[in-house]
Amino acid sequence: MTTPDDQVRAAVDAAYRDEWGQVVATLIGVTGDWDLAEDAAQDAFAAALATWPRDGVPRRPGAWLTTAARHRVTDRMRRDAVGAAKLREMAVLARDPDEPPIEEIPDERLRLIFTCCHPALPFPHRVALTLRTLAGLTTAEIARAFLTAEPTMAKRLVRAKRKIQEAGIPYRVPPAELLPERLGSVLAVLYLIFNQGYDEARGEAEVRRALAAEAIRLTRVLVRLMPDEPEPRGLLALMLLHEARRATRTEAGVLVTLEHQDRSRWDRTLIAEGVATLDAALAMRRGGPYQLQAAIAACHATAADVETTDWLQIVSLYTDLARIAPSPVVDLNRAVAVAMVDGIPAGLALVDELAEAGGLEGYYLLPATRADLLRRDGRDAEARTAYEEALDLAPTEAERRYLSNRLYEL
Amino acid sequence: MGSWPRYADSPVSLSWGRIRRMKYVLLICDDEKVSPTNEELDADPVHQAWAADLERRGAEVVGARLRPIVDATTVRVRDGETLVSDGPYAETKDFVGGFVIVECPNLDDAIAIAAGHPYAQWGGIEIRPVWE
Repeated sequence: MTTPDDQVRAAVDAAYRDEWGQVVATLIGVTGDWDLAEDAAQDAFAAALATWPRDGVPRRPGAWLTTAARHRVTDRMRRDAVGAAKLREMAVLARDPDEPPIEEIPDERLRLIFTCCHPALPFPHRVALTLRTLAGLTTAEIARAFLTAEPTMAKRLVRAKRKIQEAGIPYRVPPAELLPERLGSVLAVLYLIFNQGYDEARGEAEVRRALAAEAIRLTRVLVRLMPDEPEPRGLLALMLLHEARRATRTEAGVLVTLEHQDRSRWDRTLIAEGVATLDAALAMRRGGPYQLQAAIAACHATAADVETTDWLQIVSLYTDLARIAPSPVVDLNRAVAVAMVDGIPAGLALVDELAEAGGLEGYYLLPATRADLLRRDGRDAEARTAYEEALDLAPTEAERRYLSNRLYEL
Repeated sequence: MGSWPRYADSPVSLSWGRIRRMKYVLLICDDEKVSPTNEELDADPVHQAWAADLERRGAEVVGARLRPIVDATTVRVRDGETLVSDGPYAETKDFVGGFVIVECPNLDDAIAIAAGHPYAQWGGIEIRPVWE
């Protein structure tokens, strides 16, 4: 049975998920002090847990929490001399005594995410800071998700906040001329969070699912805050289309390749939303790497099986992707698509070229891809050698089991 | 809800982080393979544009170009003994060839200033906030 207390608890949980980033972002804007902002937000949520059961859930939980957190900031600052001086300084400039209506409170989360993802911060610090301040994950939760010791993660967060303060990283949405580069960093951070939650190799299933869901949620916020930018939509589409296939990627601990996944178990709702999101991005007519990757994912997600997949389209998308975001991994994927269109020898020739170039040294998917192509071409002996090579390099148990099964079948 | 102070809801509002000006030292580094004379540097349109940018921003506090590391001397005192050696402090691929102290609102401005320096195109500019 649901008690009124459970309902309040649920309301606080929902507010935490929806409002944490906004409350922290606003308070950083007010105080310029990241630790103070976090502490005050924490206090405000504690106050909600204490008073909402008595007074009821407020009509606008976000406004209530922001107000409560502001009061905490004022209280804390009164207690020390430097803070008291700052407070007087603020009072001089803050003459409006009325609470602003909620519609007028600007969403500060955009400033927060761009600051968290500033390129002057090391990449792992950007990831940690985004999850802590914007998503409200605890240090322990972030450490667990990234298989890192908690003190290490705590130190990372402290260093990141200190650098923002001491190096003078501005708390703002970058001006137009910096936007493409800086948005790229934001998207890379969100995609890494998603992949950490999607990668079968890393950590407990529940933690991973929660992390992927968090990445999707944050990307939705970004899409809402930057409605005229196509790449955030591209990234959201890409995440949704991947997420739709999550349940079919392994079977009893063995990797299942796209070809053999049970497509009837793909999540149609997520696919539909992913495709619609991608269409909205493409309609803006400013392409980008995430839109291209989402378009490739959409080709797979909407095909009935491998045979009727639009491989010609996929080859052309990978060709575009290799042009704007060159990477040997993209070239390898392109080689597989070429094998589907022009025949296995054409694909194999590209894979051999990549092997010779050396850019994928030690990457298990290079020999694994080669092995699959050789097997399909009936060159069993060579395929066996390639599978063995891949088996030595494969990083996860699920992948090793898959490769062993293939080797066994030969 | 009672009355409360309204602090920072408009873009022009106060935040201490934003009104302060930061001081940075830009360390201009390269491997000394290209070593233009002062006259050549003064005549370089990229360098001229960079100087004009500093002027426009009113950012420069002080700066100097340094003679190459063949003219450097390093001093260490160990156990009360003064040790003098030829060359730079650190044996690295790149060396500090000059420095500029700038004052500007934030790191993004310092990055923009640094990116305009000709040495950024073959060497690199290290931005270090002044410890005040």
